[in-house]
Amino acid sequence: MTKIYKMPVVVGLFGFLVCAMLLELAVGYGYVMHLVVPRPSDTIIAFPEVQADMDLIGNFFVTLGMTAAATALALLIGIPFGYFLYRNTRYGIAYEGWLAAAFAAPTVLLYPLFLVIFGRSHATLIAMGFIPGAIPIIIQTRQGLLGVSQTLQNVGRSFNVSERDMFWKILLPSAVPTIFTGIRIGVMYTLVNIVAIEYLIDFGGLGRIVSEMYFRFDTPGTYASIIAVIFVSVLFYWGFGRVEKWLRPV
Amino acid sequence: MAQTGVIQDKLALSGAPFEHSVNRIRVVTIVALIAAWEVVASLGTVGVLYDDVVPHIWYIFIAVFEELISAGFYQDLGITFAEHIVGFIVGSILAVFVGIWMGTSTLVRGALEPYLNAIGSTPKIIFLPILFLMFGTGIESKMAKGALSAFFPVVFTTALGMALINPVLIRVGRTFNLNKWQMIAKIYMPAMVNPVITGLRLGMAITVIGVLVAELKFSDGGLGYRLGIYYEQFRIAPMYAIIVLIFAIAAAANVGMTRLQDRVNRHMAPSASKGKNRQASASGGLGVVANN
Repeated sequence: MTKIYKMPVVVGLFGFLVCAMLLELAVGYGYVMHLVVPRPSDTIIAFPEVQADMDLIGNFFVTLGMTAAATALALLIGIPFGYFLYRNTRYGIAYEGWLAAAFAAPTVLLYPLFLVIFGRSHATLIAMGFIPGAIPIIIQTRQGLLGVSQTLQNVGRSFNVSERDMFWKILLPSAVPTIFTGIRIGVMYTLVNIVAIEYLIDFGGLGRIVSEMYFRFDTPGTYASIIAVIFVSVLFYWGFGRVEKWLRPV
Repeated sequence: MAQTGVIQDKLALSGAPFEHSVNRIRVVTIVALIAAWEVVASLGTVGVLYDDVVPHIWYIFIAVFEELISAGFYQDLGITFAEHIVGFIVGSILAVFVGIWMGTSTLVRGALEPYLNAIGSTPKIIFLPILFLMFGTGIESKMAKGALSAFFPVVFTTALGMALINPVLIRVGRTFNLNKWQMIAKIYMPAMVNPVITGLRLGMAITVIGVLVAELKFSDGGLGYRLGIYYEQFRIAPMYAIIVLIFAIAAAANVGMTRLQDRVNRHMAPSASKGKNRQASASGGLGVVANN
């Protein structure tokens, strides 16, 4: 039986609590300025205040809504385009390098462009979330379909299935795990970009709260809102990780 | 029968006519995009859309040229470069040490991983207020932001690379009674070169973005600052020019790191590390370990 102090999760949690207590003492005794780093207890107390003042939960749903809208748009365009690139080999090869370059490019810097076009609005957030979300979905859709076993396709052909049935009954089910990897990466990038733009332009949901709290010089509130963003990211990361694990065959 | 079709398809994909048609698609796409851009720009000029929101392409070319001959551009490029390099070096060195520490102990890895995953999946820009409080709004906070951005991809690839070192090599080291430092110097380090460089390549790209975004929020110099100023002054063509130049610089840095990685790969024994392949498959071929 594993001893409890040798369990990684317990050690991690213990280390975290020790660090929090040391920080509490360091700030309390004035070794660390409370204007720069608040006491962990003050940060915990700040949560209800931020909720009452800035509607943390409501703004979480604003960010969630923007992420969902951008992801839906990315799926709507990304999957058919990925399928088109799979069906048309020449187009697939012609565009694959460009897509990889676009995926690595700092697309977040395009936000002034969308601010000029759409103004400081939700459309800018959705457009900025859509770009990094759609690219991995396109790439992975094509990769997933290209990776479908030739044997499975031959079985389908030997049963004389139509092109439509071939897609719905053979290609898509086989490619789903790979496509879902693209969707997971796309959603995470969409969320990251949307929160980043919310913070940069002081508009929208959670990102705006962090910016607002900093401008008010409310240090515990700033830390509390940052922790809220971390929780949301972890929730997304964990949730999509579970679904991906469920979809991916062992 | 179907098999014959597949073989014929594969033969058709490898010929010169195929390459020509791929190139033709690329050229036609570029021409179509330029034409579409010019149509939108002309709609602005005749008053259908906002004027100047989408400037004509030659205005952007002129603006790129003007940027390239202005001293201010190189001054801002120098500031961004300094912030990037310092942040990248500090973040990467810390990440390699932490990654090795995590890789050598399952207890440390299990204890740290949940927290690193949590922060790694969070948009790092959200930590900017903390960095501004700690380091001020000057060049130091951008360096810190660069270090924070570089840290996560490097630590994840290093830890993963450590965990995936060929066990035969480790057993050989133990057979020769190597101590911990000899194991690190003779076994782990050579086997780690490939995954570490993969992490550095990802880290370099993410650091560029991290530094520029920090400059956009609060700064008094750097390419991000320059971009923000042009936006605030509604100087759209120079704004596009800066975006084009930033994309070009980022692409050049990425190509440089990829070539370095290819070079290292050629000199590495294939059995030295299995990290890269596993990492590529884990990320679905996109070469990403953590987003930013």
